[in-house]
Amino acid sequence: MPDLEDLYREIILDHYRSPRHRGELESPPAHRVEGFNPLCGDEVVVTMVVDGGTLQDIKFAGTGCSISQSSASLMSSAVKGKSLDDVRQLIRTFKSMMSIHEAALGESGPDEALEEAAPVDVRTIGELAALQGVVKFPVRIKCATLSWNALAQGLDELATAAS
Amino acid sequence: MALDVETIRKDFPLLARVVNGRPIVYLDSAATSLQPRPVLAAMEQYYETTHANVHRGVYATAEEATQRYESARVAAGRFVGAPDPAREIVFTKNATEAINLVANSWGRANLRRGDVVLLTQMEHHANLVPWLMLSEQLGLELRYLEVDGQGRLDVSALDRKLDGARLVAVSAMSNVLGTINDLRPIADAAHAAGAVVLADGAQAVPHLPVDVRALGVDFLAYSAHKMLGPTGIGALWGRADLLDAMPPFLGGGGMILDVRLDRFLPAESPQRFEAGTPPIAEAVGLGAAVRYLEAVGMEAVRAHERSLTDYALGAIADRLGDDCTVFGPPAGDDRGGVLSLAFRDVHPHDLAQVLDQYGVCVRPGHHCAKPLMRVLGVSATARASVGLYNDERDIDVLIEGLAEAGRLFG
Ligand SMILES: Cc1ncc(COP(=O)(O)O)c(C=O)c1O
Repeated sequence: MPDLEDLYREIILDHYRSPRHRGELESPPAHRVEGFNPLCGDEVVVTMVVDGGTLQDIKFAGTGCSISQSSASLMSSAVKGKSLDDVRQLIRTFKSMMSIHEAALGESGPDEALEEAAPVDVRTIGELAALQGVVKFPVRIKCATLSWNALAQGLDELATAAS
Repeated sequence: MALDVETIRKDFPLLARVVNGRPIVYLDSAATSLQPRPVLAAMEQYYETTHANVHRGVYATAEEATQRYESARVAAGRFVGAPDPAREIVFTKNATEAINLVANSWGRANLRRGDVVLLTQMEHHANLVPWLMLSEQLGLELRYLEVDGQGRLDVSALDRKLDGARLVAVSAMSNVLGTINDLRPIADAAHAAGAVVLADGAQAVPHLPVDVRALGVDFLAYSAHKMLGPTGIGALWGRADLLDAMPPFLGGGGMILDVRLDRFLPAESPQRFEAGTPPIAEAVGLGAAVRYLEAVGMEAVRAHERSLTDYALGAIADRLGDDCTVFGPPAGDDRGGVLSLAFRDVHPHDLAQVLDQYGVCVRPGHHCAKPLMRVLGVSATARASVGLYNDERDIDVLIEGLAEAGRLFG
């Protein structure tokens, strides 16, 4: 039986109560992306500055539940100042922590899906590992990935604009 | 006669479920109701003994299936006071399809560019989007009755807003605020202004005595799955003279008198509006749900839910104080059992998650009423809604869970 403590870990509640990197960078020069969860009406705005192959700065704004807000805060802390390659790698790792489960959820319940999922080496993702418990609550996965999808979309848009 | 909730609860097998180690506390009847055994049994018995396609068949079970389908139509109409149920009830997929039927059939035949359709700010998307879609094509003028600070319709500007109106489409009871709208004066004013009136009965029909003649409306849409019946069937009641003059909605088998390669002749209503094989077992289930509700008595259902709503509003105020806001009118005759909650600044998603640990089923979100959410100044609420099978213990567990959410996110 999934437990509430798996979902609402102390780190998550901390980032929810005192979010880091909250706000909006001036756009332009920052690149601005809006993410939308039609299920619950949550909205996130991610603003980012990329320069010299590095994600120089990032902020998030919007409204949402503790999972979407803490995930955005944890994400911003994890990616700020990182090279774009590292950021993309982290996005992939995070999404596989979430989405492999999502795909495996089809027929089986969440517990089986957890067992089948390819392991993510949580040592590589630091505090983000606190969000692992979300996969036991399938409807909340979209909350956790909202800001990550916005960030990925923003990086894609910037790459397209540059090429 | 008061309703015996202990006895009623025994009729609903799903109430025996245990979730997260707790007995289920089902407080989501505004989304869909649970089904009592007689409804499930009627459908199973139909499939085991009778199933055949309706109309046209000559053999015994086909005759029986047709007869059971048609008697469900009469039951569904009688339940809402239809003067001539056999002619005036069109079976649809749900309330949403019933409203779309009116928009597409009556609307296209009767509305022209610039015509006014009067709606309200508290409508479910089911009674907004069909009119927005029609307006994209026809160029209508959509007007809205506003919602006041207590969650009631502001009818002070009714006459002005009715000027030029051809149709008024309004919910009989809000699925967010629980407001029971007084439709009679609205319908009378609309008729005086030359407009036709559609009531969205999706919430009212399951929880209140509804009589289309007393309401004075011309169309009424409702869904079986919110009134103890199965999913997959709903109904449109329409005044016979209006239905008779309306063009078909969907085309196909069962809705024609004659088809040639260059034209067709539609059947009489209601068959005209029922293209294809209808939901027969679901109609049987709806008929059984109506009989169940009639046996309990809709006055008793309303009285029970009213006292439970009074209890909930009082207990929430007593035990949670200012931490918890319940949107909608205070306890009273026009207050139905839908409680849209805000608890401090805890997000409704988180509230619902914590409540799930207590086995409590409530719904977080915009409840398909995004314009109303904007009026209330929130992006979502957590909604608890009662049915005839709920009791005060259910409310107590709800409040216990809300208090725990307060501690967790405090
Ligand atoms: C007021 C109201 N109208 C319409 C509907 C639509 O009902 P259905 O989804 O069964 O068509 C609902 C159900 O959510 C409702 O509450």
